[in-house]
Amino acid sequence: MTVNGTQVTRRVQARQHLVDFLREELGLTGSHIGCEHGVCGACTVRVNGEIVRGCLMLAVQANGCKVETVEGLSDSGELKDLQKAFHEKNALQCGFCTPGMLMAAQDLVLQKKKCSREEIRNHISGNYCRCTGYQAIVDAIEQVLNGKG
Amino acid sequence: MAKAELPLHAPGTQLDKGYIGQSVPRPNAQRLLQGRGAFIDDLRFPRLAHVAFFRSPYAHARIKKLDFSKALKSEGVIGIFDGRAVAEYCTPWIAVLAHLKGIKSPPQHAIAIERACWQGEAMAAVVAESRSQAEDAVQLIEAQWEELPVVVDMDDALEGKKIIHAELGDNICFKRELDTGEVDAAFAKADVVVEDTFHFGRHTGVCLEGRAILADYNAAEHSLTVYHATQAPHMMQDIFSRHLNIPEANVRVITKDVGGSFGIKVHVYADEMATAALSVMLRRPVKFVADRLESFLSDIHAREHKARVRLACTKSGEILAFELDDLTAIGPYSVYPRTSGIEGNQVVNLTGGPYKHRKYRAKMHVVFTNKNVCCQYRAVGHPIAVALTEGIVDLAAQKLGMDAADFRRKNLIPDDAYPYTFPSGIKFEKLSHHKCLDKLLNLMHYDSLRREQNELREKGVYRGIGLAAMIEVTNPSPAFYGVGGARISAQDGATLRLEPTGMLTVMCSVTEQGQGTEAVFAQIAASAVGVTLDKVRVITGDTAVTPYGGGTWASRGAGIGGEAVLLAGRALRSNVLDIAAAILKTEKPKLDLLNNEVIDRLTLESKMPLSELGRVAYFRPDTLPLDFQSELTVTRHYTPRQYGFTFTNGIQASWLEVDPDTGFVRLLKHWCVEDAGTLINPMLVDEQIRGGVVQGIGAALYEECLYSPDGQLLNGNMADYLVPMSGEMCDIVCAHVETPTQQSQLGAKGVGEAGTAGAPAAVMNAINDALAPLNARVTAMPFTPERILKALRKV
Repeated sequence: MTVNGTQVTRRVQARQHLVDFLREELGLTGSHIGCEHGVCGACTVRVNGEIVRGCLMLAVQANGCKVETVEGLSDSGELKDLQKAFHEKNALQCGFCTPGMLMAAQDLVLQKKKCSREEIRNHISGNYCRCTGYQAIVDAIEQVLNGKG
Repeated sequence: MAKAELPLHAPGTQLDKGYIGQSVPRPNAQRLLQGRGAFIDDLRFPRLAHVAFFRSPYAHARIKKLDFSKALKSEGVIGIFDGRAVAEYCTPWIAVLAHLKGIKSPPQHAIAIERACWQGEAMAAVVAESRSQAEDAVQLIEAQWEELPVVVDMDDALEGKKIIHAELGDNICFKRELDTGEVDAAFAKADVVVEDTFHFGRHTGVCLEGRAILADYNAAEHSLTVYHATQAPHMMQDIFSRHLNIPEANVRVITKDVGGSFGIKVHVYADEMATAALSVMLRRPVKFVADRLESFLSDIHAREHKARVRLACTKSGEILAFELDDLTAIGPYSVYPRTSGIEGNQVVNLTGGPYKHRKYRAKMHVVFTNKNVCCQYRAVGHPIAVALTEGIVDLAAQKLGMDAADFRRKNLIPDDAYPYTFPSGIKFEKLSHHKCLDKLLNLMHYDSLRREQNELREKGVYRGIGLAAMIEVTNPSPAFYGVGGARISAQDGATLRLEPTGMLTVMCSVTEQGQGTEAVFAQIAASAVGVTLDKVRVITGDTAVTPYGGGTWASRGAGIGGEAVLLAGRALRSNVLDIAAAILKTEKPKLDLLNNEVIDRLTLESKMPLSELGRVAYFRPDTLPLDFQSELTVTRHYTPRQYGFTFTNGIQASWLEVDPDTGFVRLLKHWCVEDAGTLINPMLVDEQIRGGVVQGIGAALYEECLYSPDGQLLNGNMADYLVPMSGEMCDIVCAHVETPTQQSQLGAKGVGEAGTAGAPAAVMNAINDALAPLNARVTAMPFTPERILKALRKV
């Protein structure tokens, strides 16, 4: 598979989840493990352009796929605007949910449409954050989507 | 000295506040935004072993036989250990404190010996080359159990027909009674007496990062380095040292990034102690990260209470007396070292707290049950006390036909009454209930909101307004834990070092859990010394590096750690000016520091950059007078002592809609006006409040650890245990009154728990306000659709 633009080849156990593969085999520890049953969204990564839960997909299922993580999208600059807005609005506290939250938010940004706060709230409603209460996250995404300060 | 008077810069420079009061973004957030933080599970070590625990499937049972033979043959297994094996390396503990008179609890071991007292208690540890191999082997452990009688219900526990720990004689961990006297007389002469019983479901922190520890024992040095997701590194250093018998100075606790704490990560957990012991036993690094399912079974739970509360008042609406009878269950052990008696104790201390009645009687029992252990969780006791107080206050107002805001205004302690001693004995330095109430009512347009509510009722739309006034414990003195014998530091320290290039390194014993501690310390240090914020680096969370201190809990970081940083910064500024005077051969009072430069105090003219001063002080001290030695590293400590706690106050309001057909609650808006004293970074303060409010909303609407009658946790996963997600939450408006504490020069009080303290009460009162025309009322949290429909007699 291709991970953040680099071709990687590994022999993996059939039972290994994609997020465990990224973290344990490739040392890409930016994608976090929060619940391992698909609820919290901390492990959200992009596979062939679609955001997926890294804990609900097996590594073998990503065979031949293009996988992107928060590290790759940070280095390429794709997340720059969101990261800046998250920083300015303090849309993160402990930062454990943040990589998954950014991946989910970028998915909305790529749709290139203006959204209401309610639509933003709905889009990230599969990403759990215990620290912020979500308002600052909605503010930050709104700033990037709609150019609102 | 109040914030506005801080003499940080020369008079007339217009920079007297420095960065204090500015909403600057957190410098340390950048790494987290790029996925380049360092959480425990991100660390990589050679020879790292992984532990998984064999946990009891029963709530109360004796192990007759534990057979590891098959598991030991499983691939990758390094060793399997039962309670007796681990106990040879780790001594047990008993969580009691002398100032909680009569509190009792049995000894607890790192791995339980023979008997499991709750479902999920660790009974054996499997260490393997990988976590998955360890988990595979756990499945192969064979155990024969003898089930024992289970105590699940609080009332059954109090009644004591079945006793969990026979040696203790009953199931009562702790009890307390308080009586100001003349309470019966007050109730006898009251025109109106209201009474209700409130239930609070036990819930838990659900930190997104599970509890995590990586212990690395070095046999050659008999030293232990522990990478630990904790709020209190020095407390844990002491505990590892004493229970593993390793000299204190040989134990180093390092806390890197922590993925949420909220009080969950300030306690001693048996499985974490076992992990440290296993590292010693195996002489190699061992890691344990709680997965989500074991987090639900073993992270502390909190707030399982049933409380009857009565209020007496006159027909003109003057509150005369409160009476409280609280029962709370804490699982089979009091949790070390803070004990599980504090939450109930706080409920007794705080109930009725915003109001000026003088008569109060309280009774409280803390009982053992066969469920997971309970202990201090964000806002300890406050959500219970505020909900009891504000719930019964609303009921009294309703019975009198008075407006909820008017009734509060009549009874809140006046703003000019301080210092003030509340009937429970707690002392308030200076609160601002009336200023906060007025500000809140303006902020939310209370009168027009009431009109809107009434108009909508005519159309069959049921919306409610709920108010919740509160007082909160912050900046605790040694009276909280130290006086009871706990080795928990109430003081904190900060070391500031000016580097040769003029940069400033700050090392502080308060930890960063994401709340922004490091950012506010940088702001204070930069302001106090006279450098720009980009020159400051902050280091926290390493017992080998920072001064000794308590860490992060009880809303104490900014108020206590921040004051230590301020004192150290002022001392360093003075030392820097000594050097500048020596280099420039002038008098110190003629100089000052501003924006990384030594300046002339009167003309503000630049005399020398700090980088030049650093060069001379470190590399060319030969050019300084023979009897002069520069001191560019300064340490200062701070302990709050004048008051037991620096109380803060605030008030919240909730605006929501109840659908009487489905029982669903839709949150529309939430307000919080808070007096946290000096605001160092208003944005971070608001974000603490917002996050706290949402955590409180979780308790009010969604969160409860449900147990079966035989003590099985029924919803221990994130699909069944509901937490607040973005879709259901509303926007939260924050505003502030600033009454700096006079105890410190910084004037900051705590704010981390305010949101969580008041939100459940505000939401409860709003729901009951919405339901009032339908003649329905709810008093059992969480307020699920089912409970609301039951109150409406629809199911």
